[in-house]
Amino acid sequence: MKQVLDFEKPIVNLKEKIAELKRFTSDSDIDLTEEIRTLEKRLAVLEEDIYGNLQPWDRVQLARHPERPTTLDYIEQLFTDFIEFHGDRSFGDDAAIVTGLAFYKEKPVTVIGHQRGKDTKENIRRNFGMPHPEGYRKALRHMKQAEKFSRPIICFIDTKGAYPGKAAEERGQSEAIARNLIEMAGLTVPIICVVIGEGGSGGALGLGVGDEILMLENSTYSVISPEGAASILWKDASYAQQAAESMQITAYDLKKLGLIDQIIPEPKGGAHRDLNQQASYLNEVIDHSLRTLEKYSIEELLEKRWEKYKKMGSYQIL
Amino acid sequence: MLKDLFGKRKRYASIPSEQAKTDVPEGLMQKCSGCHKIYYRKEMNKNLQVCPHCDYHHPLQAWQRIETLFDEASFEEWDKQLSTGNPLNFPGYEEKIKKDQEKTGLREGVVTGKGTIDGKETAFAVMDSSFRMGSMGSVIGEKIARAIEQAKEEKIPFIIFTASGGARMQEGLLSLMQMAKTSVAVKRFSDAGGLMISVMTHPTTGGVSASFASIGDYHLAEPGALIGFAGRRIIEQTIREKLPDDFQTAEFQLKHGQLDKVVHRSDMKSTLALLLSFHQKGGKES
Repeated sequence: MKQVLDFEKPIVNLKEKIAELKRFTSDSDIDLTEEIRTLEKRLAVLEEDIYGNLQPWDRVQLARHPERPTTLDYIEQLFTDFIEFHGDRSFGDDAAIVTGLAFYKEKPVTVIGHQRGKDTKENIRRNFGMPHPEGYRKALRHMKQAEKFSRPIICFIDTKGAYPGKAAEERGQSEAIARNLIEMAGLTVPIICVVIGEGGSGGALGLGVGDEILMLENSTYSVISPEGAASILWKDASYAQQAAESMQITAYDLKKLGLIDQIIPEPKGGAHRDLNQQASYLNEVIDHSLRTLEKYSIEELLEKRWEKYKKMGSYQIL
Repeated sequence: MLKDLFGKRKRYASIPSEQAKTDVPEGLMQKCSGCHKIYYRKEMNKNLQVCPHCDYHHPLQAWQRIETLFDEASFEEWDKQLSTGNPLNFPGYEEKIKKDQEKTGLREGVVTGKGTIDGKETAFAVMDSSFRMGSMGSVIGEKIARAIEQAKEEKIPFIIFTASGGARMQEGLLSLMQMAKTSVAVKRFSDAGGLMISVMTHPTTGGVSASFASIGDYHLAEPGALIGFAGRRIIEQTIREKLPDDFQTAEFQLKHGQLDKVVHRSDMKSTLALLLSFHQKGGKES
């Protein structure tokens, strides 16, 4: 049984009712086919109404859904022969970021992504997908390797943020993220970044500078969590819903602002409802993006990357 | 007693009220934020806003810093016509910007341009924490990126004084992307052989700390400056322990290998001049 979010309760209730009537029809002599048909029609309308009008806060809930597919789920679906590699070669291995090699349509690629857990035990091991500096440094090590061997990089973004801890500060969380930004700016291979869940601030951006920035329809990408913004701006974390709306953190908002390139549709009700379907939507876009990017020379690629980021921002000239 | 009639000695001691102790006449006097001693503002300014008693480095306003650092009348300002809009129509944002413009006389939290230090030409960006805590929005990102590009064009070094609490929430993801934009600019500048010196002043945290502040060729900081990624309160809540007093100070960052040198404000000009001279063609002779 999938965990039900508040806004989708009417749908689930109606579905249960239909199932009950169907059971009743098959178990007894009374034929309720007509009633069932009416209810199914109503369900279609209701689904259209609810899933077709998701509010920012609904999407925040979907992006954080405990059953939402993670980096490793997509790796399994999209690539073959994935082999995970570990360690930053100077401090340790951070399980909040996975890195490795795989084939994508027979061609080698470097795959990097934030990794949350799906249960408490795994979440503790993976620090809820919140990396330490060694995670970013491991990622960078693999990016430089991808550059050396001329293979594209695909990054999956799914984190609440870089871990705000004492040890993380002592080992240079700021420097680790900053280093990734400047290095990713200059990598001579195509970089595709996909926000698959929560894109939390600098911790997300540390794997997020690239040539094609994609977002799943119900993922979010934000400079600060809605709760964090609410507690700073209004001194009250319960205004999170309002902050989520004001900060414009959905894929649709960000596409309008020119900060992402493409929105990848999700199955009705969210990615966790149908992983296969989600992976095939994702596959289509990644395939197309890679083909496009591979046509550019290194100079063109880097020039386009600069042009892309140069445009980001909004100001007036007096 | 007869001498009591002539004595001028007071029979009672006057103790200033708590309020009188903290009430410092606006403008003329200034209370040190470190040791709470009261000084003439003029005296404090002459000492570059460093407390003569406890050495506390008070934040400098952008123009104060530029004037104390660059050779007289050597500097020109760039891109001062850039101004902040309200791209997300965020409630109350315009009023906040306007208020800080009036308070500081600045249009935004950074001044960029070029000038000479002991005769050596350099581009600069000086952030000002008195403008919305130096938080980085589109205008700050754009001005810094343009200054770096200009430095690349003119083949001169780039020095940045950072002072920022982090991202500008009211600009949402546009703010975060300024980290990416400035980083791409730094990369291009660096690949072209440009020299970048980052001087972290109080406070340098969040998105600014996690982007251009931490990717210069040399990392200097002022004594006691707060430097770090996450805020102390967030970290304490996350790890459920009290952090030491010196956590995230410049000295802490030096100890943990994140800085090249902590430089006293009175030595800043000479240190920068020396660093610039190391990178001049022909070395000392030029």
